[in-house]
Amino acid sequence: MERYIGKGVMRGIAIGRVYLYQKADIQVTDQKISDPAAEKERFLAAVEQAKAQLTRLYGEALANVGEDHAAIFDVHKMLLEDEDYLDAAAGEIDDGYNAVYAVDLAGTQFAEMFAAMDDEYMRGRAADFKDISRRVIRILLDLPEEEIRSEEPVVLVADDLTPSETVKFDKTKILGFVTVKGSANSHTAILARSMNLPALVCVDVPLADELHGKTCVVDGFEGEFLVEPEEEILSEKVVRKNQWIADLEALEKLKGQDNVTKSGKRIDIFANIGNVKDAEEACAADAGGIGLFRSEFLYLGRDTFPSEEEQYTSYKAVLEKMEGKKVVIRTLDIGADKKVDYFGLDPEENPALGYRAIRICLDREEIFITQLRALYRAAAHGKLAIMFPMIISVDEVKRIKQIVEMVKEELTKEGYPVGEAELGIMIETPAAAVISDRLAKEVDFFSIGTNDLTQYTLAVDRQNQKLEGICDTHHEALLRLIEMTVKNAHEAGIWVGICGELGADTELTEWFLKIGVDELSVAASAVLKVRSAVRELP
Amino acid sequence: MRDFTYVIKDPVGLHARPAGLLVKKAGEFASRITIESEGKSAEAKKLIMLMGLGIKQGAEVVCRIEGEDEDAAYEALAKFFEENL
Repeated sequence: MERYIGKGVMRGIAIGRVYLYQKADIQVTDQKISDPAAEKERFLAAVEQAKAQLTRLYGEALANVGEDHAAIFDVHKMLLEDEDYLDAAAGEIDDGYNAVYAVDLAGTQFAEMFAAMDDEYMRGRAADFKDISRRVIRILLDLPEEEIRSEEPVVLVADDLTPSETVKFDKTKILGFVTVKGSANSHTAILARSMNLPALVCVDVPLADELHGKTCVVDGFEGEFLVEPEEEILSEKVVRKNQWIADLEALEKLKGQDNVTKSGKRIDIFANIGNVKDAEEACAADAGGIGLFRSEFLYLGRDTFPSEEEQYTSYKAVLEKMEGKKVVIRTLDIGADKKVDYFGLDPEENPALGYRAIRICLDREEIFITQLRALYRAAAHGKLAIMFPMIISVDEVKRIKQIVEMVKEELTKEGYPVGEAELGIMIETPAAAVISDRLAKEVDFFSIGTNDLTQYTLAVDRQNQKLEGICDTHHEALLRLIEMTVKNAHEAGIWVGICGELGADTELTEWFLKIGVDELSVAASAVLKVRSAVRELP
Repeated sequence: MRDFTYVIKDPVGLHARPAGLLVKKAGEFASRITIESEGKSAEAKKLIMLMGLGIKQGAEVVCRIEGEDEDAAYEALAKFFEENL
């Protein structure tokens, strides 16, 4: 047996034969031709044929993998209609070169132009020019389309796959993907996830011809690729695979079902998301809403503050995606431990207890006001709730509400349609939990952030591996604070949710229901798992 | 000659898909249509050059339209930018 390690980009296990996908080596020569006019006709006919292929592939991909992934073929077709591309190739033919050489040159020229751009997305487009030129060249050389020729479904092993290759493969013939290159965000990875097939990238396996046809295992859980495993290991993997499929099928059946116990007690299960794209996963996982939308993604990985317009667009996109289901957006939760140079934050000894989140917002109100304006404008497009992190006092909440009123007034004066939004706070400091009776009178809901509440209550740094042993997420002090918060919320007539990792801890699901938690917000991938736990309760 | 200025809102910028749609939209009109951003310009009817501008989110672009159907093209393109970019 040979064992290779890679990065699992989609969980699951595939067992089958290796299909080594290697592209035919195409020889291009700068041979001159005698009749440029005829050669140009041949070139244009090949382009037309390539466009016809792309139209067909677009239709097939649309049915197989949906519009988002199919779009690549439409874009390729448009590139093949571009005058500059056609002129570049035709110019070479006019100079007496053969069509294959001309097309190869045009493709390389544009690929190089895009590869030199300073934008990662545009650099990625270089592959598209190589892709379209290769398609035309294959037609000129009368080579068949690259496809998988196999009767039985196989594990596809390749150096890397172009977007059009990944999309066009017949889904029913693929068990899993293994690529030597690629990344967690590569097209292969994204597609594997949408097709629900186990996939590994960055696998350092030599692509020798002997590999083809060998029995192999792709384990997306462990990130391993096993070639010709021993009987014993193979049967272990078979057991694991059957378990995985059974679990998957059981969870799939829970879609559309209610989160209700056998005795009829129900609870909302929402999803935590970090960007607009995640909302799609939340929908696919059948989440009842968004319980925590971390707005930090708008602020991270850039050099300037996100504009009101930009924020509005993102918030609106999520609200529309959720089609009237509740979306709880948490305002900026950034501190010295996150790298956002343009905030100009000083390094701190103890950032977890430092100048962060609502403390920055109430000190530098212009940042806060921009975000609130974007939120209230977006509120007109769905069911929005806004929550504020790191609260420790009633005064903070009162100040927030004043600013909110001012923002709403200004927007109305400026003629914007202003939506309604529930206002809530995170209960993630012991201080907030202890005075939750008073805080509850000021807001519409609480969301208990168990990650920070645990670390502040136990004075245990979650990142410190040496403390793992004493970081007891079921510590009685923590559970008492949660119970007290829920009781105080209900006495004031407001709802309360859990949005930390504890929400997905199925050992506590029964207890959450017992103390009356109204909503659990968990990772999209855990929604059905928690639903299953709820439905099994008496 | 008609023109308008627009700030790109799409998080990925003027990427392949909307650029392609823009080319199709521009192709419906006889007018000469150019897109300018950060000192570079390209014809709106040429996809590769348009993508080559590398227009990102937040970038300000100027769209200039000149020709006999410039008024109709102006209306259609202003709407297109608002809805797609």
